[in-house]
Amino acid sequence: MDSVILRTATRFLYPLLILLSLVVLYRGHNLPGGGFIGGLIAASAVMLRALAVGWDEIKASRILKPIALMQYGLIIACVSSLIGLAVNNVLFQAVWLPTWYLPVIGKLKLGTPIVFDIGVYMVVLGFALLCAKSLDSNNN
Amino acid sequence: MLPFILIFLLIGSIVPVLLKDKSNFMGRGLVILPALASFVCLCIAGGEVLSSGQSLIWTREWVPSFGLTIGLHLNGLALLMGLLITGIGTLIVTYALGYMGGKSGTMRLCSLLYLFMFAMTGIVLSNHLIILFIFWELTSVSSYLLIGFDHEKASARRSALQALVVTGLGGLALLAGLILLNQMTGTWMLSDLLTGDYQVAGHPLYTGCLILVLLGAFTKSAQFPFHFWLPNAMAAPTPVSAYLHSATMVKAGVFLLLVMQPVLGGTSEWSHSLMIAGGVTISIALVYGLRQADLKKILAATTLAVLGILTFLIGIDTKYSILAALVFLLGHALYKATLFMTAGAVDHSTGTRDIRLLGQLKKTMPLTTPAALLAAFSMMGLPLFFGFLGKEYVYKSVVGGSWLTIAVLLIGNATMMVLAARAGVIPYFRKSIGDLPKKPHEMGLLMTAGPLLLATLGLVIGCFPGLVGPLISFAYTGIVAGAEPYTLSLWHGVNLPLILSLVTFALGFTLMKVLRPAAAGKKVNESTFADTVYEHVFKFVLMVARWSTQSLQTGRLRSYVIIILVSSCGLILWKLVRFGGWPTFEGIGQLNPFITILLVAMTIATLFAVLSKSRLTAVVSLGVVGYGVSMIYAKYSAPDLAITQVLVETLTVVLFAWVVRRLPRYRKLSTGFERFMDTGLALIMGGVMTVLMLKSQGLLFGPKISDKLTQMSYPEGHGANVVNVILVDFRALDTFGEVCVLAIAALGVWALVDKVTTKGK
Amino acid sequence: MSLLITIMAGILFAAGVYCLLRRNMTKLIIGIILLSQAANLLVFTMGGIRAHQPVFADSETGTVAAGHADPVPQALVLTAIVIGFGLMVFTITLLMRAHAVLKSDDVNEFNHTDALP
Repeated sequence: MDSVILRTATRFLYPLLILLSLVVLYRGHNLPGGGFIGGLIAASAVMLRALAVGWDEIKASRILKPIALMQYGLIIACVSSLIGLAVNNVLFQAVWLPTWYLPVIGKLKLGTPIVFDIGVYMVVLGFALLCAKSLDSNNN
Repeated sequence: MLPFILIFLLIGSIVPVLLKDKSNFMGRGLVILPALASFVCLCIAGGEVLSSGQSLIWTREWVPSFGLTIGLHLNGLALLMGLLITGIGTLIVTYALGYMGGKSGTMRLCSLLYLFMFAMTGIVLSNHLIILFIFWELTSVSSYLLIGFDHEKASARRSALQALVVTGLGGLALLAGLILLNQMTGTWMLSDLLTGDYQVAGHPLYTGCLILVLLGAFTKSAQFPFHFWLPNAMAAPTPVSAYLHSATMVKAGVFLLLVMQPVLGGTSEWSHSLMIAGGVTISIALVYGLRQADLKKILAATTLAVLGILTFLIGIDTKYSILAALVFLLGHALYKATLFMTAGAVDHSTGTRDIRLLGQLKKTMPLTTPAALLAAFSMMGLPLFFGFLGKEYVYKSVVGGSWLTIAVLLIGNATMMVLAARAGVIPYFRKSIGDLPKKPHEMGLLMTAGPLLLATLGLVIGCFPGLVGPLISFAYTGIVAGAEPYTLSLWHGVNLPLILSLVTFALGFTLMKVLRPAAAGKKVNESTFADTVYEHVFKFVLMVARWSTQSLQTGRLRSYVIIILVSSCGLILWKLVRFGGWPTFEGIGQLNPFITILLVAMTIATLFAVLSKSRLTAVVSLGVVGYGVSMIYAKYSAPDLAITQVLVETLTVVLFAWVVRRLPRYRKLSTGFERFMDTGLALIMGGVMTVLMLKSQGLLFGPKISDKLTQMSYPEGHGANVVNVILVDFRALDTFGEVCVLAIAALGVWALVDKVTTKGK
Repeated sequence: MSLLITIMAGILFAAGVYCLLRRNMTKLIIGIILLSQAANLLVFTMGGIRAHQPVFADSETGTVAAGHADPVPQALVLTAIVIGFGLMVFTITLLMRAHAVLKSDDVNEFNHTDALP
């Protein structure tokens, strides 16, 4: 599929969609969103780009390595659980930092559940990418 | 102190694995050391126990939520058994090193022997009934591995499996029995059971408990009708037969009877079952033994008979009979282990165990001969030997009882004399000699030290019973309520037991003259009737298993789905029809136009997805169904679900459409009748599910966990989106598991597609 | 209102089962997808459903308005949707692989791991 419109549109849409997925990931704690949804949006973005410019460019990317994404995602999720173990002696017990107030974003509350959600995000993204890539390579 | 006894043995099971089969002097020493350490440990603990007169108890929490503790205790009986197990164990390991002589598998055998020693010591030391059961099953497993040690032989594998099946099933029965016992008494602790006064005889569970516990004990101790596995277990290497199947493991059943006797004993059910099983076992064993020509089979038969006598004595259930059982048990362990070890030495030296060929070995085997002779004398119960004492006490305990009891024991003991002569005297002293496969020679020190030591011990404590008197007496007072300490003595004056002993000698020597072993070269029937029955039952079970597997596992998805659906729907429908409880259909009146139209559209899309001839139409229809579901989520207060569903549905449709052109076109594969039937089944299934869902919605739960999670979400989870807080905080472990599943599924996809195609290229 | 949705789930179950009973492997995939949708709906309606009352805490007070929907089934279904997706992709690949090796789309012939002679 080679379409100039799609390619041009993707050039703008792709970063926007990735940004959107990150925003959805962060705000998931208070509004609809979270790691699962964020990861799926990011995966859709990458697939859109794959449709526009082909898988080769995606494969060349240093960040979008599906196995590595899943691997680090699981490690991050694990680490977030171990922090709870280290601090409170209970696995997966949430640990929160004091609230920060930043100029643009406003109230910023960071804790292990958010770190865990980042791990989920990465695994879901890696999973979707790996499946799409595998099915695509199977097709050719 | 107590745990160390077990820890040493566990170390012992690991040490041999680390060594080579052909080890030097140091290596062999290292293999023997743990058993010796354990024995010494037990001796020290035993000294403490004997001098204080109190049993040692050691307890450690294991699973507190189940009330499971690792409890060990050392009372008199445990001490007696423990000393036999570790003491004879040390000698057996030494003997095994010589027996295997550095052949491959030497260290495997030693390691397994230690594993067994650990399990067996665990049985006698454990205080908690469940722990006892665990060790009990561990002895069955290690016995399986040891009997099947020569795993290249089909007969060894069969015997091993048979022993495992019989003792394993018995073990399961025992578990049930112990649980019932706990139900009746409310305690798991053996030390409580032995000291407390529990009235269980009239309890409604008593009979069931008794049967189950006896099943456990009888299978383990090879009592009728489970006696058949013991002769077959002689397929094991001789050290194993000497240790497991004469001195220790088969005594586990007797041990169990001894410790259960204060609680379960004292009733006519108990006495009768034990005396009948014991009596029948004695008769079967001796008839079987007289027909055998193989040294080990003869010894196995006498072991069976002795186990029968012990069960019989416990069944008599008087203070005196328990004491007699203890004395007899100790004596038997000493001489029988010796006789097995000498039989192994003879086998090694001459290459045969057929007593019709053996003879004149006293000239070539000057160290084995005295050991065998002393042990045989002890087994015959000649005066000055410990066996004499054992027999004396046996007679003493039945004097005044029924004449049948006395007759059984009299004939039993006389026949044992014949078998003792065949096993311990004839091979060494007979004038004639057959064609031996190998030229006889004496064995090394490793294989002669153990038997000599044990046989001498039998003579020494026979002459000076005071040496083991306190031990026996302490064991006796520990398990018999209200028993006075007892002093063993050699001479009791001229009384009825002595006269019975003399009658036994007379009868025994007469039988020796009369009964001759079968002629050389003639085939001996080595299997028993019960063994044949076992074989048939076993084959029948296998046949049923094969039949049920073949009729259920057709390899067709359709039949699996049908079986699952028909049975599950059938059960639910039966329950509804039989007991009522149909859900109420409320709210049908108020139709929301949006939802109604949505559902009609979804239904049409579902039909298209199922029935369409075009694969692309099916995929698109699936997409419509998915988006419809997401609208339901959106409408009914689940924005997160709606978003996720839309995204997943998009990806699904894209991926499916991507691959669907590679999928083959539909073919007509099933008949119209099948379709008709399947439609009916599917509709029933859909109906049942609808009814179930309606019922579940009508249920009123107690205080909901949801409410608590909702309340905690903001104050404790620092998040307003309750669903997400549940996912990443309250139930994060679940989510972590789910993420792992995703990663594994992805690896599966990758392995199936990416790997294969790149390899192909 | 949940009655209609329940009946919809029942229809999806019936359709899924019908597809599962077919011998064609594409139908098998369709059946699995339909069944997972139905199962999700089942869990979703289990706690009782409410229109337009999502569970969100007030960001000032931290309390949730009364009459909110049940969050636990939602959390369960959310992961189930994603896992269902994973399962579906895996099934598709597995069946495609089987098809490539066995050269058949009839699941009754999926009894061997190697191509038939």
